[in-house]
Amino acid sequence: MYPANYSYTKEHEWVRLEGDGTGTVGITFHAQNELGDIVYVDLPKVGATVETGKTMGSVESVKAVSDVYAPVSGEVVAVNETLSEAPEKLNEDPHESAWLVKIKLSNPEEIKQLLSAADYQSYIGAE
Amino acid sequence: MSVPGGSLRTTALNGVHRKAGAKMVDFGGWDMPVQYSGILDEHHNVRKAVGLFDVSHMGEIEVRGPEALQLVNFLSTNDAARLQPGQAQYSGLLYGHGGFVDDILVHKIDDRHFFLCVNASNQDKDFEHIRTHNRFDAEVEFAGERYAQLAVQGPSALQTLQKLTQTDLAPIAYYHFVDGVVSGAPARIARTGYTGEDGFEIYIAPVEAERIWRELLEAGKEFGIKPCGLGARNTLRLESKMALYGHEIDATITPWEAGLGWIVKMDKGDFLGRDALARQKQEGVKRKLAAFEMTERGIARDGYEVYLDGQPAGWVTSGGPSPTLNKNIGLCYLPSDRAAIGTRIEIMIRNQPAGAVIVPSPFYKREK
Repeated sequence: MYPANYSYTKEHEWVRLEGDGTGTVGITFHAQNELGDIVYVDLPKVGATVETGKTMGSVESVKAVSDVYAPVSGEVVAVNETLSEAPEKLNEDPHESAWLVKIKLSNPEEIKQLLSAADYQSYIGAE
Repeated sequence: MSVPGGSLRTTALNGVHRKAGAKMVDFGGWDMPVQYSGILDEHHNVRKAVGLFDVSHMGEIEVRGPEALQLVNFLSTNDAARLQPGQAQYSGLLYGHGGFVDDILVHKIDDRHFFLCVNASNQDKDFEHIRTHNRFDAEVEFAGERYAQLAVQGPSALQTLQKLTQTDLAPIAYYHFVDGVVSGAPARIARTGYTGEDGFEIYIAPVEAERIWRELLEAGKEFGIKPCGLGARNTLRLESKMALYGHEIDATITPWEAGLGWIVKMDKGDFLGRDALARQKQEGVKRKLAAFEMTERGIARDGYEVYLDGQPAGWVTSGGPSPTLNKNIGLCYLPSDRAAIGTRIEIMIRNQPAGAVIVPSPFYKREK
């Protein structure tokens, strides 16, 4: 369910390092499942600077709004444009095609602060 | 995410919802299903086929006695004297200052017996309110524990429920009810609802709830019935512009402001709140509920500020996506002279203004 090569936050975002200094960011299966039908995604623009733990956008379900926090600091180098037209893809494929943004990491050391897949799974199990 | 604590109240169907994997939430102190298969799916299913809701959290209050009518009519805005036995009406319970204690359904059983269906989170307050003002020859009984309530809603609701009862459902007119039998159990069968679709709300003994719930799901299978949660109930009622206490109405809002003048019968004689309503009508109603749809990207949510000409002018009472219309819609309070259809407003969404326009309501009306 939760890919071992991803890193996770307690706010239910994931990061996958791409080996070129960038990381792909998304929300977890657990997050989309808790939110229910996702109908709106608000993301930063390419070129924006984001900071670990700060709000970088929001995801809205029929019922509620939820902030998305940047799991790592850096510059947004790509935004998943398909989500503005088809936000429901976040319910269908949150760990792959429905990624949110790609970030050029300004401090790659930050990744060490995040949770492993195993730690994240025990975290949500206990939540 | 929070785990329900021991303090939450539960309906007779709580175990059924949990076992079925429904997503549960704290709804005004009740542990209730917010969704089963998903709010959008359930919403469409009610519009196109039929859905089954557990609304047993709703409260029931019985008023009996020689002056039951006098008590009901003194405390509610609509005119219960106009009801025939077997008829129901939407009404308001008001404070002396004209604000809402609650919005309720008044069912007339007979001249000496009225059955009130009230909001879950208001039921204790309502009961106290009615008891406090009971200077009539009438008895007021809190009956919430004696009833479970199921709502069968949608174009196939009648066919579904008909399979479980000998009572001929077709002749029951909208806002009428019959005391009959459903699946062998005594049931009050009312043609009412909170979805904007045809349908029934049935009042049964809690001990029968689980069995009848299952039998309704079985009976409705051929019509594609689905169990539904309170999430879809909310999107359905919003499209139909039905008020939700704590949102469109509360202690600070009068029926005139809420666009509910049609449930106020000023000519019926004195009732609690009447003087305040007369005064407000004379002085002019300064704000009113208006319906809007977003013209720019963004979803308006309850409590967001509404701006007119760059100035704060009101607030969103309910907002969200409309699954039927595929638009983002909402209701808001605005100055009465600035709420005309076509008026451009801005909703402050997380510190960013997003455009919207006042539109006719309800947003959705079923074809009859």
